[in-house]
Amino acid sequence: MTTSADDLLVRVKALLGADVLDSHAHRGDATLLVPLARARECLRRLQHDPELAFNFLIDLTAVDYLGREPRFELVYHLASIDASPRDDAPSTLPRRLRVKTAVPANPCEADSICALWEAANWLEREVFDLYGIVFREHPDLRRILLYDEFKGHPLRKDYPKERRQPLIGPRN
Amino acid sequence: MASPAAIPTRRPKGDLHTDTQLISMGPSHPATHGTVKIMLEIDGEQIVEMDVQIGYLHRGFEKECESGTWYQAIPYTDRLNYNSAILANLAFCMSVEKLLDCEIPRRGQWVRTLASELSRMGDHLTRLGAACLELGAMTPFLYGIEARELVWDLQEMLCGARVTSNYVRIGGLQRDITPGFLARLATSLVRIEELLADFDKVVTSNRIFVDRFRNTGMLPLEKLISYGVTGPLLRAAGVPLDLRKAEPYLAYAEIDFDVPIGTTGDNYDRFLVCQEEVDESIRIIRQCVPVLEKTVGEPVNVADPRVRWPAKDRVFGRMEELIQQFKGVTEGIRVPAGEAYAAVESPNGELGFYVVSDGTGKPYKVRCRPPSFANVAPMRDMLVGGMLADIVPTFDMINMIGGECDR
Repeated sequence: MTTSADDLLVRVKALLGADVLDSHAHRGDATLLVPLARARECLRRLQHDPELAFNFLIDLTAVDYLGREPRFELVYHLASIDASPRDDAPSTLPRRLRVKTAVPANPCEADSICALWEAANWLEREVFDLYGIVFREHPDLRRILLYDEFKGHPLRKDYPKERRQPLIGPRN
Repeated sequence: MASPAAIPTRRPKGDLHTDTQLISMGPSHPATHGTVKIMLEIDGEQIVEMDVQIGYLHRGFEKECESGTWYQAIPYTDRLNYNSAILANLAFCMSVEKLLDCEIPRRGQWVRTLASELSRMGDHLTRLGAACLELGAMTPFLYGIEARELVWDLQEMLCGARVTSNYVRIGGLQRDITPGFLARLATSLVRIEELLADFDKVVTSNRIFVDRFRNTGMLPLEKLISYGVTGPLLRAAGVPLDLRKAEPYLAYAEIDFDVPIGTTGDNYDRFLVCQEEVDESIRIIRQCVPVLEKTVGEPVNVADPRVRWPAKDRVFGRMEELIQQFKGVTEGIRVPAGEAYAAVESPNGELGFYVVSDGTGKPYKVRCRPPSFANVAPMRDMLVGGMLADIVPTFDMINMIGGECDR
C-alpha cells in the first residue's frame, strides 16, 4: 500500500514541480501541500493530465487549526477512476490523492474550482457556510446547511458548541 | 375572403399565453421521503428551473464529534443514514483504525461483512418499496417493508437495536453474533426471497410503473463524474464502480459476487440495479455463513487494550484490566496524531470519513463524505426541462437521506 502511494507522489511531483510544498504518504494516503495561489492550477493539471487523470472530486472540506498561522487548511480528496462503461468490474485500484492548501484567517479567501468540477459548487458552499472561507468566482455562494440569518460559522474552533441562535430555539 | 381558412375557429393563433409559476415543494412533502425543499419554476407541467434547498436535518454532526471521545462519535454515525446505520459505523471505525494502524481479527472481518450486507439490504428494500408507495402503489411497499422488517429483526439480534445499531466498534464489534442468529438468518433469507419474487412480479414489468421510471432523471455520464456521483446512480449509467471490488476491504476479496450495471442510467435502470444488488447481498451473506460456522469461538476484537478494552471477566478479576477499562472509558482511546481517509461502498455510493487526530483522546476533525450530498447536487440538472411528475421517481432513486445529506 505504502509503495503505491509513494510511486504516485513521485509522478505527481514530476508534474507539479515546485508547487509541491510538502508531501507524505502516512498510512498509505498520498497527500500534497500546495500554495494557496497555485491550488486551482495544480488541481486543474491533476485533472487534465492524461496519465494521472484525477476525474473525481470526491470531497472538499476544511480544518481549522486555531492558533496556527495560516489558520485554515482546505482538503481536497481526488480520485482517478476508470469510468468507461463496460461489463466487467475493474480490478485495478482507483488512485486517490489528497491535496491540501493553507488559507489564512485574513483574508479568508480561496479560488473556487467550480469550473473544474460541478461537485465543487455545493462542497464550497458547505465550507463557506461552516468555516466562513470565501470562494472567489463561485457562481452561487450562499449558505447551504444553515439558514441565511445564522451568525457565524459553527465549525470554527472558536465557535462555542453551546451557543444558541434565535431560530434554533432554547436548550431543553 | 370566402376561403375556408377564414372561417373562425375556437383555436387561438400561436400558443396560449401562460406565465411560469413558482411553487414550493417541501420541506415536508408527503411524496418525498426526505426533508428537502424544492423551489420550482414551472411552465404548465414542465420544469423551467429548480433550486434544491437542503439543510433541514442539519444538527452539527461534525461539531458534536469534536466534543466527545472517539468512541462517543459512533452513535452519531448511526443517525447519518438511518436505513443503513451499520455501514456508517463501519466507515467511521475503519478510518480510525487506519490511523491506529490496527487490523481486526478474521472472524471480526466476516461478521462485519455480513452486517454490512444486511444493512445494505435494509436500505435498498426501503428505497424500492418507498419508490412504489410514493407513486401510489401501496402493495409492493408492504412487500418491501415486510422484507426490511425481517432484516431489521436480524439486526436487532446482532446488536439490540433495529435501526440505530451502534454495532461496530473501533477495533472490532460491540459483540459477536448471538446464539441462534445463523438459524434465524437462514429462515429469514428464504422468506425475503419469496417477498422479492412477489415484489418483482407486481412491479418490475408493470406498465404504469415502467412508464413513470423509464427515460426519466437521466444525466450524461460526464456530468455524473463531474458531480462526483457514485453508487447505484453511476452503475446504472454503465460504470461498474463498486468499492467492494475496486478497493476490497473486509472479506470482500474472498467473496464471489457480481456488480450489476445498467445501460441508459434512467430511473428504471437505477431501480433494476438496486433490485439486483439485494440479490447479490443475499449471495454474499450466504457465503459468510460457512466461515462464521467454522470460526466459532475466535475473537472478533483486536487484543490491544489501548484500542478495545478487555473482556468483562478479566476486567472484574484483574487490576490492570480494570485500570485499562477505566481509562479507556473516561479518557477515551488515544489515536496517534495524523490524518486518514477510509471509505466503504454504502447503498448510496462512496461513504467516507476523513479524520484528523492531534494525539489526544478527542477527534480534532471528523468529516463525513456523504454520498447523498453528492447525489442530490445534480438533481437540478437531471430534472430541468422534464416534467413535474418526474421529480418523485428521480428523488426516490437518488434516495436522499436527510440525516446523511445534512449531517
